[in-house]
Amino acid sequence: MKFLEKVPVKSKTNAKAASPLESPPGKIIDLRLYIAGQTPRSQAAISNLKRICAEHMEEQYRVEVIDLVKNPALARDHQILAIPTLVRSLPVPIRKIIGDLSDTERVVVGLDIRGTKRRAKAARG
Amino acid sequence: MTKRTKIAPHELVTLQKSPTGIPGFDEISGGGLPKGRTTIVCGGPGCGKTMFGIEFLVRGAMEFNEPGVLMAFEETPEDMASNVASLGFDIQDLADKKKLYLDYVYVEPSEIQETGDYDLEGLFIRLQNAVDTIGAKRVMFDTVEALFSGFSNPSVLRAEFRRLFRWLKDRKLTTVVTAERGDGTLTRQGLEEYVSDCVILLDHRIKDQISARRLRIVKYRGTKHGADEYPFLIDEHGMSILPLTSLQLQHKVSNERQPTGVADLDEMLEGKGYFRGSSILLSGTAGSGKSTLAASFANATCQSGERCLYISFEESRDQVERNMKSVGIDLEHWSKKGLLFHEAWRPTQYGIEMHLLRIHKLIEKIKPQSVVVDPISNLISSSSDKEVNSMIMRLIDFLKASGITAVFVTLTSGGDDLEQTTVGISSLTDTWILMRDIELNGERNRCLYVLKSRGMAHSNQLREFIISDEGLKLVPAYVGPEGVLTGSARLAQEAKEKADARTRQQEIERKQKEIDRKRVALKAQIASLQGEFEAVEQAAELVVREEQEREEQLKVDRQNMAKSRNADE
Repeated sequence: MKFLEKVPVKSKTNAKAASPLESPPGKIIDLRLYIAGQTPRSQAAISNLKRICAEHMEEQYRVEVIDLVKNPALARDHQILAIPTLVRSLPVPIRKIIGDLSDTERVVVGLDIRGTKRRAKAARG
Repeated sequence: MTKRTKIAPHELVTLQKSPTGIPGFDEISGGGLPKGRTTIVCGGPGCGKTMFGIEFLVRGAMEFNEPGVLMAFEETPEDMASNVASLGFDIQDLADKKKLYLDYVYVEPSEIQETGDYDLEGLFIRLQNAVDTIGAKRVMFDTVEALFSGFSNPSVLRAEFRRLFRWLKDRKLTTVVTAERGDGTLTRQGLEEYVSDCVILLDHRIKDQISARRLRIVKYRGTKHGADEYPFLIDEHGMSILPLTSLQLQHKVSNERQPTGVADLDEMLEGKGYFRGSSILLSGTAGSGKSTLAASFANATCQSGERCLYISFEESRDQVERNMKSVGIDLEHWSKKGLLFHEAWRPTQYGIEMHLLRIHKLIEKIKPQSVVVDPISNLISSSSDKEVNSMIMRLIDFLKASGITAVFVTLTSGGDDLEQTTVGISSLTDTWILMRDIELNGERNRCLYVLKSRGMAHSNQLREFIISDEGLKLVPAYVGPEGVLTGSARLAQEAKEKADARTRQQEIERKQKEIDRKRVALKAQIASLQGEFEAVEQAAELVVREEQEREEQLKVDRQNMAKSRNADE
């Protein structure tokens, strides 16, 4: 799988914990954004995702952007129908969010990241 | 006036078709589905939509070298493979050979959250990839409406459907889209709005607890097609449709004759038997020997080295064989020789069309010269009279068109008019042999007569039909002032007649003897009278002679006396 764009893993704790292997399960959020070519909608989805991650995610996370025009076989393998689709593959259960992610509130609910920032602060405090 | 320029003759481009390979369908649709266009197959749950689509793909890949893509929305490819494996289709194998591309589209509404604008480009990418991978010519979506449950924005979906169908058409892919039937509409989501080239409606109805499947081409733009409802069957060889297009009275007839299997009956039919390719109705009350007569016809067919299809709705194959053996008809060895094809199933097993479809399929497979259906009246138990009538008419038509001699056995129940068959098919058949029991003097005897036989001078006699362990025999029944006598009454009458004749003969002989005796007596009398007469005559002659002698003597004496006296002279 080719990483076309990677939002760096953010971590306020030490560098070791940033590694997904060493972190306890459920702590890391794995996201994949499926797009089809560089359409305005795809661009919108990417920028919306960047914004949401920056504003709402305190946890460690990874984002991978997959262009199905370049990798058409992945559409079947990953069961993608709607474009754009954001898939949270970790933690389970898998969640799928479709659309250009313009509705921030629904994305936050859909990814179940509401309050992560607050929880993270509480943990630090 | 200027000379008219001649319009260059151009070829009329008729709609090209993709054969489905489904038996019967290509006939009623005039060649198959519209090539490069989309067809909607709609119907209620369990009506065979998926079956139709899969068969279209599988047969396309196997028989017409047109690879196909299956986009399944409801079942996983594994499920689907096992579902159709029972019909002899190995879709996994076809997929491995790159003749089929299976894509299971998983739509789970609970996992999907919609946030803003989207389209279904993913579906197009998948489809494009699938088509490119195997060079597909055919595509099937099963059931594309599942998308409506997965996505909540109908306007996006509708736009995408329109785009999808255009996309398919642009790429000249022959497509089958299955859709669930809606209330009052052909499809629940109104897909027929987007696709208007060809719509096929499948129907699975239950009547009197018996299922009947029907197919109808609701619409087929740009082509002539059968507009009726056609019964179809899904069995171990897939789907097959009964093409009831041959409702024309144009079949060729034959002058050839075929033995009935009973020499005496042949004799009643100009001494030659049935016409080849005609339909024969054997009707009668219970136990009048209909089946036996039908079986002897089957036997005769096999004896002449021809194939016969024997369909029984009442008795199992073994039972028929055993029963017929008891009257000297060995059907079993014809089965072993491959001349007799015996099929037995329950009339209640399917609806009437299914029976006919099955008979149709068997005939296509076996290609027999003769067919026996025993009894056809049992089919009524699975349908209404009207349906049976039209279906039997279609069957008879088909058999006649194929030049197959058919014997139908039908049971007339006791109270009914004997000369009126329950299903009223008598007018459709060429020869009608009626069998009945005649009850007399505490016994029932079988009688047979030829009610009609088109195109021949048949006997008008009522014959007694005797089934013995040496086979069948017909004897003229005794018709006298007391009516028709059969069985022992006939035998008694015959014996009586014989005795009467003997008595008369004896009387004649006695009289003859008496005359002889009288003649002898008279002759003796004549002889004795003659004797008497002779005696009397002799006596008379004696007296006369004595008298003459005495006269002579007297004369002599007188002369002597005169001489002695020297009388005066």
